[in-house]
Amino acid sequence: MELTEKHQEYWRKNLRISAILLAIWFVVTYVAGFFAPQLNQITFLGFPLGFYMGAQGSLIVYLAIIVYYAVYMNRLDKEYDVAEEE
Amino acid sequence: MATQPQAQFSQAQFNQALKKYYSVYTGGFIAFIIVLAIAEQLGMPNRWIGYVFLFATIALYAVIGIMSRTADVAEYYVAGRRVPAIFNGMATGADWMSAASFIGMAGGLYLAGYDGLAFIMGWTGGYVLVALFLAPYLRKFGQFTIPDFLGERYGGSTARLIGVFCAILCSFTYVVAQIYGVGIITARFTGIPLEIGVFVGLAGILVCSFLGGMRAVTWTQVAQYIILIIAYMIPVVWLSVKLMGFPIPQLAYGYALQDVTQREQELIDDPKEIEVRNIIKERAAAAAAALKNPEASLESQKAAYEKHLAALHAINAPPVQIAQAEAAVRAHDSLETAKAQWEKDAKLAARANPPKRHAEAFSGATPEARDTARRNFLALVFCLMIGTAALPHILMRYYTTPSVREARKSVGWSLFFIFLLYFTAPALAVLVKHDVYHSVVGTSFASLPAWIEGWRNVDPTLLSLTDFNADGVLQLAELVLGGDIIVLATPEIAGLPYVISGLVAAGGLAAALSTADGLLLTVANALSHDVYYKLIDPRASTKRRLWVAKTLLLVVALLGATVAAQKPAGILFLVSAAFSFAASSFFPALVLGIFWKRATSLGAILGMVAGLGVTFYYMATTQPWLREMFGVTSSIAENTWFGINPISAGVFGIPVGFIVIIVVSLLTPAPSAKVQQLIEHVRYPRLRGGIDTTMT
Repeated sequence: MELTEKHQEYWRKNLRISAILLAIWFVVTYVAGFFAPQLNQITFLGFPLGFYMGAQGSLIVYLAIIVYYAVYMNRLDKEYDVAEEE
Repeated sequence: MATQPQAQFSQAQFNQALKKYYSVYTGGFIAFIIVLAIAEQLGMPNRWIGYVFLFATIALYAVIGIMSRTADVAEYYVAGRRVPAIFNGMATGADWMSAASFIGMAGGLYLAGYDGLAFIMGWTGGYVLVALFLAPYLRKFGQFTIPDFLGERYGGSTARLIGVFCAILCSFTYVVAQIYGVGIITARFTGIPLEIGVFVGLAGILVCSFLGGMRAVTWTQVAQYIILIIAYMIPVVWLSVKLMGFPIPQLAYGYALQDVTQREQELIDDPKEIEVRNIIKERAAAAAAALKNPEASLESQKAAYEKHLAALHAINAPPVQIAQAEAAVRAHDSLETAKAQWEKDAKLAARANPPKRHAEAFSGATPEARDTARRNFLALVFCLMIGTAALPHILMRYYTTPSVREARKSVGWSLFFIFLLYFTAPALAVLVKHDVYHSVVGTSFASLPAWIEGWRNVDPTLLSLTDFNADGVLQLAELVLGGDIIVLATPEIAGLPYVISGLVAAGGLAAALSTADGLLLTVANALSHDVYYKLIDPRASTKRRLWVAKTLLLVVALLGATVAAQKPAGILFLVSAAFSFAASSFFPALVLGIFWKRATSLGAILGMVAGLGVTFYYMATTQPWLREMFGVTSSIAENTWFGINPISAGVFGIPVGFIVIIVVSLLTPAPSAKVQQLIEHVRYPRLRGGIDTTMT
């Protein structure tokens, strides 16, 4: 079948949110990882921040990314009428 | 409930029933632990507690496995696609966390400090990629295996066959390591030899999967997750209460870490520690020199040790020192014993360094060394993440949810359940280090804690002590801990009864069994579904397909156990290599297959081969065990690119895979309209008038 303009827009929105979330993933993992020695100078909840990010902080952000994506997309499905029947 | 179709139940009723079953199950398991704890107080011997845990849990999995037997193809391959998000999350968690995660992770972090966090980040961050790029689309595609997708998307059997080859390459080495892990745990808690323990463990693996395939594996994995997370949490929480006076170790250990950091500095500067490190350094250097010229060294060294012994006698030295000196003389009686001793001593060199600072990122003597450490850390994180998002036994689990919607939620639940263990492991490592630095190091040999005394007799690779400077006090440099001991000894360090040690063993067993089952199914399904049904006999009856699938499962399992019983060298390396292999072969082809309509069959085929090829080439020329196998003679240094370790070889293979797919695709004609339609189909959870690819 031919995709409508609405379908195209759904896909563009999906790509946009995926790209934004991927950028957050990249910063938390690689930028924070790269500067870990510098971040370790800062203390957070008793932890050196660089260590904290590797051991907990990044994991919490990963979880938040996945949950946000699921909620966002499940809503977008309904909005663009591509949601599965219950 | 075994074979009758369950369509008459609605999904909501099914979910309710599941919640009820597993709540009762969890309550029952806790009651079982309490009963055993009471039995222990009444005098039940430790060995019996070990047996009861081992056989009771395996019997439990067997009951679930038998109740979930099935004669339906979709039930066998994808658990009937009825697994709710939260239960699929638990099953994925158990599928994912292996014996290495359960037993080895905290120990690895204890030994490596910050650098070990690459595994924590890599093995969780990969789920972001699963969520954004793979799970919902694979669920919409809705077939049985990962090669299925490659076969449909890239048309023809070549892409499918390469997928089968890669899936088996990654999963088989991994499953051998899991069967080996099951064997070790069985052997340790029952006293039977490892070679037999492997096959006992195999029986435990097969009862979960043989009769019911994915359906049975799913429901046992959920049960195994519950046991493994209870077993991991109880000792850590207790230890935290004991050391920090606070029951949430994950929040409290920052202050323990500050304390450890301060103690590290004291241990680095301590004159007694420096003395021991110097003794070790000298002994290692002397042994290395002696090994170069053994005959001449034997005479001179023996004379020197005899003189030393005489001197000790003359001053009436303490008996410990005299016994040590006598042993040294005896070791030089013959050239063989002397050589063995020197070889042992030469290896001491690795222990002559001051303790590693736990929280320090990228340690190294020079700025170049620190840069290389950082590059390797980031490269490893990258390979582990992409590998996580490409391992077929994980991706396969997202075929089992009822809908795309549930698949998205399920990735969140998966990471949540994995997170519970992975954010606890670094806390456990720091808490144990805190205890070791305070109540073990600096204690006299006569008054060491009971757990040290207990474990030093069990296995010298787990724990060994040597009083190098013969001062009767244990210095940190005189203590060697093996990684696995951290989790195994935690119940004793926390002062818990033996029943909790039995529980930890049952947790480790659950972790190993659940991962082994998922992997075994991946290998067997690739052969039975992709090779036999899709390529050899597409008209096979349901009965025959299931017969082939179960037979192959048995064959692969026996093959895995046979390899594991040989205790192959390099198996640990091959497991970590599996991530780089999966990442460089599957990831580019899968992601581009969904997100880029222009990706062509030839592009994907060449991309997978090139990605895997580069990764393999880099490993074969830089990893000692593989170099020996392939007879590589050029030096490691000249084969190394940017100082990257072989474990992270995927960091070169993944980009090559992407580039080859893109370039070749642009040079070949665009895929057919049918393929374009397939891509549109997987991109939308529901498309009016679309095609249906779901396999039943």
